[in-house]
Amino acid sequence: MAIAVPQTTKLNLSETLDWLKQRYPDAVKDDERQGFSGVIVDKNRLREVAQVIRDELGFDYLSSATAVDYFGISNHMEMVYHAYRTSGGPALVFKAQTDRENAEIPSLIDVWPGVDFQEREAYDLYGIRFPGHPNLKRILMWDGFNGHPMRKDWKEAYYEEEHKPFDSRWPSGWVHRAEERNIYGKNVRYPDDIDLSRLSDTSEATLYAGLGLGVDVHELDTDGIRTDRLVVNMGPHHPSTHGVFRMIVTLNGETIETLEPVMGYLHRNHEKIGERNSFLHNIPFTDRLDYLSSMGNNFGYVLAVEKLLAQGARYTPPTYRVEVIRVLMAELTRIVNHLWSLGFLLNDLGAFFTPMLYANNEREKILDFFEAVAGSRLMCNYMRFGGVFADIPERMYGVAHLINDRVRDFDTMEYLTDMITERLPRFFDEFERLLVGNEILRDRTIGVGVLPYDLAIALSTCGPLLRGSGVPYDVRRAEPYSIYPELDFDIPVGKNGDIYDRFMVRIQEMRESVRILKQLLPRLEATKGEDVVTKVGHTPRVPIGEAYGRVENPKGELGFYVVSEGDEKGPQNPWRYHVRAPSFINLTALGPMCVGHKVADVVTILGSIDIVLGETDR
Amino acid sequence: MYGQGIAKGLWITFKHFVNTYVDDIRYAGRKYMDQAHFPVRQSPKAQGAFTVQYPDEKIAVPERFRFVPFLVVEDYDHPERPGHDWCTSCGICPKVCPPQCIWIVRGQDPVTGRPVPEPEAFFIDIDLCMNCGYCAEFCPFDAIKMDHDYELASYDRTTNHIFDKDKLSKEMRYWKTIAPTRAVEEMEARGGWDHKDVQKEKAKAARAVAQARKTEAEKPADGDGNAAPAAQAASADADAEKAKAERLAKREAALARKRAREAGEQG
Repeated sequence: MAIAVPQTTKLNLSETLDWLKQRYPDAVKDDERQGFSGVIVDKNRLREVAQVIRDELGFDYLSSATAVDYFGISNHMEMVYHAYRTSGGPALVFKAQTDRENAEIPSLIDVWPGVDFQEREAYDLYGIRFPGHPNLKRILMWDGFNGHPMRKDWKEAYYEEEHKPFDSRWPSGWVHRAEERNIYGKNVRYPDDIDLSRLSDTSEATLYAGLGLGVDVHELDTDGIRTDRLVVNMGPHHPSTHGVFRMIVTLNGETIETLEPVMGYLHRNHEKIGERNSFLHNIPFTDRLDYLSSMGNNFGYVLAVEKLLAQGARYTPPTYRVEVIRVLMAELTRIVNHLWSLGFLLNDLGAFFTPMLYANNEREKILDFFEAVAGSRLMCNYMRFGGVFADIPERMYGVAHLINDRVRDFDTMEYLTDMITERLPRFFDEFERLLVGNEILRDRTIGVGVLPYDLAIALSTCGPLLRGSGVPYDVRRAEPYSIYPELDFDIPVGKNGDIYDRFMVRIQEMRESVRILKQLLPRLEATKGEDVVTKVGHTPRVPIGEAYGRVENPKGELGFYVVSEGDEKGPQNPWRYHVRAPSFINLTALGPMCVGHKVADVVTILGSIDIVLGETDR
Repeated sequence: MYGQGIAKGLWITFKHFVNTYVDDIRYAGRKYMDQAHFPVRQSPKAQGAFTVQYPDEKIAVPERFRFVPFLVVEDYDHPERPGHDWCTSCGICPKVCPPQCIWIVRGQDPVTGRPVPEPEAFFIDIDLCMNCGYCAEFCPFDAIKMDHDYELASYDRTTNHIFDKDKLSKEMRYWKTIAPTRAVEEMEARGGWDHKDVQKEKAKAARAVAQARKTEAEKPADGDGNAAPAAQAASADADAEKAKAERLAKREAALARKRAREAGEQG
């Protein structure tokens, strides 16, 4: 079958931008601000241009869509879109601007359905309306919340100052609690038209509206059984959700007709915190996003800020050893995360805790290594701008100082070599034999939760979910970073896009990670003694501009969109700090995957997406 | 045949079960009992699953392990400065602290009102602390370090969870115990076991003495050999005193200017 591919899909980025400007001379303009890239599209013609970008230029994958509030600088808001080709290459960045008062930008949901949750998030946190979006309501905050918290003029509860560090801490820092002193207190406000004495909870009504309840029973009449749809709330405390996540499921008998994810129970406005923080402060906060793979989160954020720093004058890029160590950590994190997710997927399937504990046994060994190197098992906080916290220690050992302390003492390189060359490959073989032939597992997973190839791309899914559907898209190959170009590894893909394929993709990915790790061991030996500690101090001079740093995290593409804009003191803090969270965007595919299956399958389908609520809710 | 895969899987489970006991037989139970076999149980080479029986046994945490920070003070039996704070209240740790859980009151000379390099009060709200280790990493004086004592649970957060200077202070000796290699590395970077400022003063004194010796050696030896170096040293001391006085006067003047400016702004 020959599909006529327009020649324009082969243009490189600058040619693409020129072509686009030529085609739409009045609607597409260069973004000429200092340090910014991409084009600004007239919002009235955004839909039309987006369609062309997807169909004629071949940017079929919309990675990230996010809003920025330039309150106090140019007093407008803008949506920033990052579109990629699934064949690889850099992003086409395009933006649409609107004024703050009556913020409105046409929805792109017809072009890229994956923008669904991201537009809802922008509506929720920034108050931008998206005409054309079929289900535009709050997604992270609760219904009935007053205001849009990411707007620059919105102050959070216990607000102290615009930026950290706070003046009250030094030099006369008498301790106080935020709740004792604060004018903003809990900062609960109600809309003006609410009469509190007659307050009734309407939040659930908006949720349930449009779920298709109360239909004429004859409509569903099958086999002579007269029945109505049934609404089941799975969660927020259902054990299968691995956190606080809720799915509103409409059932016809046992079969799922619609599924709507409800999230935000763990929402802490990570991005607002990130804007109050300095650039350096954010690194330990990224640990708390996807808390199972904190090394990967550090990596993504550090890459984004390094892109900005590289535009400045005094910046030395990280040494080769730093890159080797970073990739080592990122790949170990991938194994840690996949072991955990596969273990819990089997828990969801009813293989209760035996395989999960086998997987955890190996995971613990890697976490021991993290603890010896970075100082913490989960919240590693290891990477720095232009370096890492410290070199890998010679020996992994502790000193007994509490009662009953038992001492371990290992040579670090020996430990790593043992893990990488023997223990982990042996375990993967065993794990595969333990489960892959298992008939119950095969019955429960093959053909369940199918996500077709084209839908996976359209819904902007990423990571093993996307590759399980047969799309060989991996940021490590599509837009390589660090030392990945020189490493030899394959991108495993599935065929059918069902749970089983995702399962196998994860196992294969762990094997590929081990392959990468084996190539890193000689590099580690060869670079011994190279400097790894960064020269960038605790108050880096980050030049004005924007940067989008993305890494292939275990759960998928993790992106950090960082804008550095000066106030009177110069850019000390990120003006905008956005996390393109793979767990969050992958959930867009949950509904379409579940429809037509049974209730029990929802649990496994959710497990096969592999979400972490710390990252979903941010 | 249906069920073959399940049987294979169960065989692996069975092997795991047996593996755990193979080592038991080999080590005849010592693996659990004695300290020497603990690393054997924990190494990547160990077969089978082994748990650690907390709190009857605890894994000694590695050197870099970080938990709520403590303040380094000189050993209480130190000959010159027993119990002296290493902290100079320079204010870097409250600045780099991501959750802003460090409060410092800078020390002041009660007579002159000038800041002195010593904190008057130091607080850490351990409920806010996220154990990131930035304070220890960026402290230029090695005066704040991450602790290894992770058993800090208590019943009342409002009274027990704000640590003040007394509760935070721990001897240098303690840091040397819990992090032997890092303490040595830091010592090498500083050039000695003393505080950076003490090192500087010592180096200055040593330079003065060396200078004195040098001038003495250059001098032609006449009868009055002993008095000259003493006089030299005395004059070096006097010079140092003079320089110090000048510095203080300058700072005083700068402060006065600042106060005048502030007063002007208010007026």
